[in-house]
Amino acid sequence: MLRINRDKCGYCGTCVAVCPEDALELIDVYLSLERECIACGICARACPLGALEVIHEE
Amino acid sequence: MKNNYDILIIGGGPAGALAAKTAAEAGNTVCLIEKRAAIGTPVRCAEGIGKELLKEFIKPDPRWIAADIERARIISPNGTAISLEQDRAGNEVGYVLDRKIFDRELVWQAAEAGADVIVKTRATAPIMENGAVRGAKVLSVGIPADIRAEVVIAADGTEAQFARRAGLDTVVPLREMMSCAQYLMTDIDIDAGSTDFYLGNEIAPEGYLWVFPKGNRTANVGIGISGRKSRDGSRAKDYLDRFVAKNFPNGKTIEAIAGGVPVCRPLACTVADGLMVAGDAARVVDPITGGGIGNAMYTGRLAAQVASKCIAAGDCSKEALMPYDAEWRASKMGTVLERNYKVKEYFVTLDDAKLNTLAESIAQSSLKEFSVLGLIKELIKRNPKLLLELKALKDTLS
Ligand SMILES: Cc1cc2nc3c(=O)[nH]c(=O)nc-3n(C[C@H](O)[C@H](O)[C@H](O)COP(=O)(O)OP(=O)(O)OC[C@H]3O[C@@H](n4cnc5c(N)ncnc54)[C@H](O)[C@@H]3O)c2cc1C
Ligand code: SF4
Ligand code: SF4
Repeated sequence: MLRINRDKCGYCGTCVAVCPEDALELIDVYLSLERECIACGICARACPLGALEVIHEE
Repeated sequence: MKNNYDILIIGGGPAGALAAKTAAEAGNTVCLIEKRAAIGTPVRCAEGIGKELLKEFIKPDPRWIAADIERARIISPNGTAISLEQDRAGNEVGYVLDRKIFDRELVWQAAEAGADVIVKTRATAPIMENGAVRGAKVLSVGIPADIRAEVVIAADGTEAQFARRAGLDTVVPLREMMSCAQYLMTDIDIDAGSTDFYLGNEIAPEGYLWVFPKGNRTANVGIGISGRKSRDGSRAKDYLDRFVAKNFPNGKTIEAIAGGVPVCRPLACTVADGLMVAGDAARVVDPITGGGIGNAMYTGRLAAQVASKCIAAGDCSKEALMPYDAEWRASKMGTVLERNYKVKEYFVTLDDAKLNTLAESIAQSSLKEFSVLGLIKELIKRNPKLLLELKALKDTLS
């Protein structure tokens, strides 16, 4: 699953542009997980501030 | 709020503003929606633009010009500086804008031309009929509504979700997303007449770090690194913090922003039935410089010109809108994008030692042409021994 650290997020939309599943959405100045996420981690790599974390649960 | 227009524009950046102004001046009913509460804020830009390029779209005005630039310096990993002076003029010397005011001015002009502007209003999905875009579902200050239009121009920037939801592939590959962070810093020692670009894998892997002055002791200090080089502890912000700690330890940061710049090739096709895509959403950012303001204004204006003709002729199909796609690709912008994409693909393969060698080879030469093309020509001329290796670069010239 994807964890969004809203204290770190700069609301820039970089993660939105690289997500292959169109799972993230930037609503005004609020990032939210709107659709099915496949936990690929691409958004977390792209984030310039380290605000996203993908956690793989057993 | 009306809910029927000739042209609906998603996004109030430079692309959307020029589209709205052009479309309204051509006599269309036009609506521009912007999801943020205010046009121009927060800024996600280093605010540099070439003088000649800017003047193609708007008369320079001291209200939104923060600095007049006389030279640019490219600084290689070992500190070798290539200095490009204004008297050898060209398109990389220019202004540093104040985009908060600049973007507002552009939208203001669109409103004066007759376009409706609605802020705090977000397109959530296209209205689709028989595979064609017929408008957008929006949330306006939280209230859902439908806005119908003959043509929608998607100018929604890096995120580009509108076109994506209408069926176009706008996903940026991770390695081609420049992951950026920037501080507006004050009380720092800088050359107020020079835009400085720092290269190197230690400084900014597969990207560069910039210092763009905004006054005497004030500058945008920012960095873009390739998304594939970004990871815990070495993200854009971490690289920037290291540079700032070393070079401007006593500076004060009065604004901090993050952002993404797509440096991939443009979308395979920038039109669909009832839809046109402009600016960053179309991925028309210069892959070398990361500059996109001018290209956004150019594509926004062109999209509106073509849309106006199609509306007058009563045909807004993909085929009818295609001249937009064909024209920008054939334009100077389209040619430069294609060439600079290849140049970028070459430069990202260079290690720091090679960057130093190349910089040293031309540091003393007086460049006749102040441009990416001028630089490449000089590099090739000065490095006959490397010609085989520089073949990739040479090929970009043909
Ligand atoms: C850190 C950084 C530094 C940069 N430095 C430079 C530089 O020095 N020079 C240069 O030329 N370029 C630079 N760029 C690139 C430049 O900022 C962009 O190319 C330019 O802003 C693109 O204009 P645009 O109109 O296409 O998109 P934007 O300016 O991004 O505007 C898009 C607008 O659409 C809105 N929007 C998005 N989704 C929706 C929706 N669903 N509904 C309604 N509204 C929506 C957004 O809020 C935004 O206001 C930089 C970019 C970054 C991130
Ligand atoms: S982890 Fe992958 S699928 Fe999930 S939001 Fe991030 S990029 Fe999208
Ligand atoms: S890339 Fe990072 S900072 Fe930017 S919107 Fe996504 S989570 Fe926030």
